[in-house]
Amino acid sequence: MPDKTNDRSLESYRRMLRIRHFEDRAEAMHAAGEIPGSLHTYAGQEASGVGACMALRDDDYMVGTHRSHGHPIAKGAALRPLMAELLAKATGICKGKGGSMHLSDFKVGSLGETSIVGSGLPVAVGAALGSKLQGNDRVSLCFFGDGASNEGAFHEACNLAAVWTLPVIFLCENNGYAVSTPASAMVSVKDVAERAKAYSMPSAIVDGQDVEAVFEAVTEAVTRARTGGGPTFIETKTYRYAEHAVNMGRVLLDRGGEVDEWRSRDPITKYRKRLVEGGVAEATLDTIETEVVAEVEDAITFGRESPYPTQEEAFDDVLSERLPIPAFLTA
Amino acid sequence: MARITFLEAIRAAQLEEMQRDDKVFIMGEDIVCNVFGTTTDFVENFGLERVRDTPISENGFVGAGAGAAMVGMRPIIDVTLSSFLYPAMDQIVSIIAKSRYIYGGQASLPLVVRSCMFYGNSNAAQHSDRPYPMLMGVPGLKIIVPSGPRDMKGMLKAAIRDNDPVFCFEDATLWSGKEEVPDDPDFIVPIGKAEVKREGTDVSIFAIGGAVPMAMAAAKILADDGISAEVVDPRTLSPLDREAILKSARKTGRVVAVDPAHLTCSAASEISAIVVEDAFDTLRAPIVRVTTPDTHMPFSPVIEKALYPNKERILAAVRKVVGLPVPA
Ligand SMILES: Cc1ncc(C[n+]2csc(CCOP(=O)(O)OP(=O)(O)O)c2C)c(N)n1
Ligand SMILES: [Mg+2]
Repeated sequence: MPDKTNDRSLESYRRMLRIRHFEDRAEAMHAAGEIPGSLHTYAGQEASGVGACMALRDDDYMVGTHRSHGHPIAKGAALRPLMAELLAKATGICKGKGGSMHLSDFKVGSLGETSIVGSGLPVAVGAALGSKLQGNDRVSLCFFGDGASNEGAFHEACNLAAVWTLPVIFLCENNGYAVSTPASAMVSVKDVAERAKAYSMPSAIVDGQDVEAVFEAVTEAVTRARTGGGPTFIETKTYRYAEHAVNMGRVLLDRGGEVDEWRSRDPITKYRKRLVEGGVAEATLDTIETEVVAEVEDAITFGRESPYPTQEEAFDDVLSERLPIPAFLTA
Repeated sequence: MARITFLEAIRAAQLEEMQRDDKVFIMGEDIVCNVFGTTTDFVENFGLERVRDTPISENGFVGAGAGAAMVGMRPIIDVTLSSFLYPAMDQIVSIIAKSRYIYGGQASLPLVVRSCMFYGNSNAAQHSDRPYPMLMGVPGLKIIVPSGPRDMKGMLKAAIRDNDPVFCFEDATLWSGKEEVPDDPDFIVPIGKAEVKREGTDVSIFAIGGAVPMAMAAAKILADDGISAEVVDPRTLSPLDREAILKSARKTGRVVAVDPAHLTCSAASEISAIVVEDAFDTLRAPIVRVTTPDTHMPFSPVIEKALYPNKERILAAVRKVVGLPVPA
């Protein structure tokens, strides 16, 4: 039972709420045409990201996916540059180059939110190798989906981490689906975590809607990694409420009553109840909610008032020095 | 004849060839749910054995297509977006392209790898590629880039019947465009043959995929200015139709090559090289390439859009090669 004076509990609640509110607003802005591109929301999976990140130090590394909004917020990133990025502005965390699939804030230890499925896993392994070679105790955590566990890169990354005893945590967010295909039809094992056995890796399966359970499992994995015990595989059983991406105007797969069932176990509602039962005053939680709403509105205002990148900026950051601007753009 | 969209043309080609030959089957991610509308009613028609959802394992299922082809099947492998070909590059380059050769002709790989080029939609650098030039550098592959529903249907049918591996790059900017398309089940547009989409005498505009409608629109405007532009669509990029390219270049003596791919080593570059090597003596002006510059595609729409070829850039290029002042 969380203690009412426990800062971590309140911070976990705050971060989950931040993700939810940030995305609710983003989804509406996307529907209104204010946010371009595609938008893959994390709603329903907040406890998985927040529980995991609360177990990390600020200087630990993290790699994520196309479903990129939740991870940086869970790790403590500021909201203004994230919202500005969704709005394609120059003040965005990726200067308007990345967008919704790449909300990656290197200031909080992110090494990328990458939209090619499975491509983040080797990066996390490499960062862990870097920690080992540099003799520091930073760990790396890699978020990926059930679908990603079918990519070759996943298997190669797992084996590398195991044979080199690297400080990495493979965190599979199993939300049951990859676009339109259920994991039950596409993954050869019932639990993705079973795959850890093939790489002699300890594993855990946790309720991804329970932020404390995720925190505990990841804390154990982090301790193992920091003390030279090598990689751990954790599977969070979770769910995305929305379609693969929002505002597509189309349902790719009818998931039936299942969605409501999962909504009834909403990780944020559940955690709030638990905090109140543990003695946290409703007013405290209401205050957090008010603050989060204000923070998100502030980020939206910041994003809206920010300038777009200039055409020349399309030629920045390809290499360390700006490329020459082609004549047709300067005429 | 029926007026159908590019996507409907893909569906029609696949449907007819699957009806015609039970060795043809299709696999890829989210095929069963018919994510882009190219497999409408396929499960009902052919069942789940021949219409297969794959796990997200591109190197696995593209390579599996190679194996199935070697034993007599004719797979259509749908790799959704062309940016997802990269995880499969191992099987594409080392197996699909080279097996016939290294085994001295013992292996035959009649397969089609389809993927769409989904650019210009703020989906950022990892999703917006037009990577056919990379594969043009790999011998042993045929590469087609149809520019409208008619060619799409006819060339995809030819690709499915072809005994070599064919990579079909589908330009998503063309998806909703409609055209009259023959419904004769034996209507075929041959691979390896360019088409003159519009006759002209002053300048040859070679245009690829989504650049073809832009070139046609530009040619119309140029006609009002008294410039007669010929628009040539190579349609197949491997092997390029050298004769058709040279014929048009020799006829007009002026060349603009328009290609949505990146400038360096683009299909436009190869076309230009062919013209310079074999029709240099007939050229009356330096060639101009209109391509996407060598940078990644940014998310922000305000800076993404201007990077691709467009009608205005084509007009400016033509005015330059015909020696007219180019308005700023
Ligand atoms: C290599 C590659 N193949 C296909 C895709 C298209 N795609 C994007 S997300 C996705 C599903 C990913 O499923 P999962 O790993 O379970 O993550 P989730 O979307 O459920 O969070 C697919 C197929 C891609 N981005 N990259
Ligand atoms: Mg999933």
